Amino acid sequence: MFQQARWDEPVIFRLGGKGRRGCNLPSVEAEVSKLTGNVIGELPKTVRRTKLPNLPELSEVEVVRHFTRLSQMNYGVDLGFYPLGSCTMKYNPKIDDLLAGATGISELHPNQDEGTVQGILEILHTLSRWLAEITGTAEVSLQPSAGAHGELLGALIIRAFHKFNGDSEKRTEIIVPDSAHGTNPASGTMAGFKIVVVPSNRNGCVDLKALKAAASERTAGLMLTNPNTLGIFEEDIAEIAETVHNVGGFLYYDGANLNAIMGKMRPGDMGFDIVHINIHKTFGTPHGGGGPGAGPIGVCKDLARFLPVPQIAYDEKRNRYFFDYNKPESIGKIRSFYGNVAVLLRAYVYILSLGIEGLEEAAEISVLNANYLVKRLREIRGLELPYAGGRPRKHECVFSAKPLFKETGVRAVDIAKRILDYGMHSPTTYFPLIVEEALMIEPTESVEKEELDRFVDVLKKISSEAYSNPDLLKKAPYNAAVTRLDEVKASHPKTMALSWRMHQKHNVIKDAGP
Amino acid sequence: MPKSHVHPYIPNAVQDTKREMMQQIGIKDIDELYADVPEKFRLKKRLNLPEPLSEHEVREHIEVLLRKNRSCRDIPTFLGAGCWPHHVPAVVDNIVQRTEFLTSYTPYQPEISQGMLQAMFEFQSMISELTAMDVANSSMYDWASALSEAVRMAVRMNNRTEVIVPKLIHSERYATLRTYVEPLKLQIKSVDYNLETGWLNIEDLKRRVSEKTTAVYIENPSYLGFVETQVEEIAEITHDKGALFIVGVDPTSLGVLKPPGDYGADIVVGEGQPLGNHLNFGGPLLGLFACRGQMELIRQMPGRVIGMTTTLGGDKTGFCMALQTREQHIRRERATSNICTNEALCSVASAAYLALLGPEGLRELGEIIMMKTQYAVQELAKTKGVKAPLFKAPHFKEFTVNFDKTGKTVRAIHQTLLKRYGIHGGKNISREFPDLGQTALYCVTEVHSKADIDQLARALGDVLRRKR
Repeated sequence: MFQQARWDEPVIFRLGGKGRRGCNLPSVEAEVSKLTGNVIGELPKTVRRTKLPNLPELSEVEVVRHFTRLSQMNYGVDLGFYPLGSCTMKYNPKIDDLLAGATGISELHPNQDEGTVQGILEILHTLSRWLAEITGTAEVSLQPSAGAHGELLGALIIRAFHKFNGDSEKRTEIIVPDSAHGTNPASGTMAGFKIVVVPSNRNGCVDLKALKAAASERTAGLMLTNPNTLGIFEEDIAEIAETVHNVGGFLYYDGANLNAIMGKMRPGDMGFDIVHINIHKTFGTPHGGGGPGAGPIGVCKDLARFLPVPQIAYDEKRNRYFFDYNKPESIGKIRSFYGNVAVLLRAYVYILSLGIEGLEEAAEISVLNANYLVKRLREIRGLELPYAGGRPRKHECVFSAKPLFKETGVRAVDIAKRILDYGMHSPTTYFPLIVEEALMIEPTESVEKEELDRFVDVLKKISSEAYSNPDLLKKAPYNAAVTRLDEVKASHPKTMALSWRMHQKHNVIKDAGP
Repeated sequence: MPKSHVHPYIPNAVQDTKREMMQQIGIKDIDELYADVPEKFRLKKRLNLPEPLSEHEVREHIEVLLRKNRSCRDIPTFLGAGCWPHHVPAVVDNIVQRTEFLTSYTPYQPEISQGMLQAMFEFQSMISELTAMDVANSSMYDWASALSEAVRMAVRMNNRTEVIVPKLIHSERYATLRTYVEPLKLQIKSVDYNLETGWLNIEDLKRRVSEKTTAVYIENPSYLGFVETQVEEIAEITHDKGALFIVGVDPTSLGVLKPPGDYGADIVVGEGQPLGNHLNFGGPLLGLFACRGQMELIRQMPGRVIGMTTTLGGDKTGFCMALQTREQHIRRERATSNICTNEALCSVASAAYLALLGPEGLRELGEIIMMKTQYAVQELAKTKGVKAPLFKAPHFKEFTVNFDKTGKTVRAIHQTLLKRYGIHGGKNISREFPDLGQTALYCVTEVHSKADIDQLARALGDVLRRKR
């Protein structure tokens, strides 16, 4: 059976010893130090640091061992199956990382003269054209650092459009379905909108009647994921788009699920006006334990003038790429510089490696894999597939463990924890909110059939464990680096330790130390 | 690459496997799985995208393109302005390439993600120590977005309508802030600077601060490299009106400069890129966000925070995400921010970097930077017609170089410097701050040797002596 590494690795502040160093810095030439003298001593007292920060003192080898041990207590795509729904944890090609590490990109400064960065500008410009082609939009901005950042930008652009037309006082609402990702309502709110939630119908799709009732001259836009978070294609998309457009609103596409449709259909053709792309999902860039990602957005022609500056443009006459700041209606900036370039370069390499056939095939196989799991997991006692049982899923499926919970008391969280014991990552749990005891499963295209079968076997085993020995599951996991954690304690004001100094102040939790 | 090949990333694309799986599902063609997509939306035309390339071909293609770039390794470069060249120890690169870290997602299942969680907790802890604040979050996108979220947090705290920033703020940070607060209808007021020192004009600050002020923001070291010394006075003026004091920092300065927590900052933001992260053409960066430990503040923080805990009913220490009820996946439209994917791996790089340097290394880094900056200032100032720096104040890492008296533009000077001497000058800020005339912002760190600086000074002298 699987067993994750279990190092009793203390917090780094407990390691090392006085006087140790892990890194030598370039020395200051004698003439320089002679000329400049005691620079720190000349700092006024009000701004001079008198007490050095409490950082640990470690040798190089201790630092390497500490972080290598920590890495062994972390599960990634390279270790095995990672069916975390909505996160598209596909394989991250090694060639992408290798090329992104080249000094020709890693040591480029963003303010360099355009003439010295033509190569990277060409890559970024081409990538933005490819992304526009894939999404069916007119123009793409690579600036957003993550999907949610793209959502915020998209919502702000909707706002800018309505403001430009003197309509912003009236256009105060963004509509989101009740199955939406949490980022959608959060982004809409940040952009100053009131969120109007529309319910899903029996098929798990947007209830058209409810949408028509909600849409009005107050509607600024609708944020939608398609296929939606249940993995179901919103088949009424044409009418949804018409409804929103008829009242003068925009259609925003949450690109979290773009992997299912790449090369098969395009959000722009379905009537979406703004699309964000989760580069770290669809285009295989590593997620780094939570980032960096990248969340470019594509927009329709009418909205292009509001995109942030600069856009990377190409001057055909001079055969030269350049930064275009000449956008008087631009909303300005949403971060420094141009975007997460090291991530974007990986996406460029990914698209080149797969090509148009490969992208389409990735979408198809991700959907095939998800439907294969639907078929096989329906055999399992205690699990059910809510909503539109007869319809195919796209790249993911959401099962409910409600029957299992009713019959055994074992919850989705217990199943998730138990899956870890079998050396796999668990699905997303308790999302979307419209499914009780939800297990949201996204296998992606980069998993072999045998692994899918193994996952089915694991869930079968867990189901039979639930019926024979439910207590076993309530205490899972057993084989991860630690057993089940007390997440409430971490957030309780009395036990809260969000930093080493806070921990030492409160000193409630005993940490593993010498 | 011939189409008959099964792509290496897609194992089930093998015809037999596909057929077997389809058979189990009960379909004959994968397109049946798209049967619910209205016909008119299914792509009929082939998208205008490239044909697939083999790994070798991809590599050649990229290498040809990247050869068109000239990096800071190829040419001595004196650019900073929010993204700074520093030595990245080999250990740091090695650690963030561990694919257990690299290929993991947000640690939603903490038991199997302890490595990342502990590393992020250590990062938060080190940032807390550097800034002398109680809590830091696990990262924002960059300094600009961290500042923007800090101001939004201040508004959540006190519901006021104006924020005060220095006139000499980084223009991209200002632009980002403006974008983020526009929906709040918050007014941004800029405070004048002292013409001689660049410091905040205290009289102007006093005039502008009022009961409407949600927060006062300063950068230290400032965007233009000078150190703001009136920090205690600014904190007092701010707190007197019940506003929050937000300080933006370059963390590499905090081995020698007083931490903002020691002069009254309520929120500290900054850019963590210089702590072990490469330039990468300006992204990814690493937004720092720290605040005081009062629960009212902590509850309003944006972004992910990792906390220490124990196993259930046990006493083994572990780590997990804390205070998730502030976040979008739980709180939805009432969340403190929409951020979820952040810059986690960059924060691990920074934790490793700070562990390698330790307290003494960080102090030494600050000292080296100050000495080299000072040396560069002295050498450049010797050139006829050049004023460096514009402001009489201590400088850290960056300084202004004014060319007004040379009769030439920064643009022209830098073009010649680059084309004839193969040196990249600092950032031209003449358009950003027209009041400062023909001025550039130069950056010097530990990676610039005396020889680099001497070469720059000589070349600038030559350029300025040229007729055109």
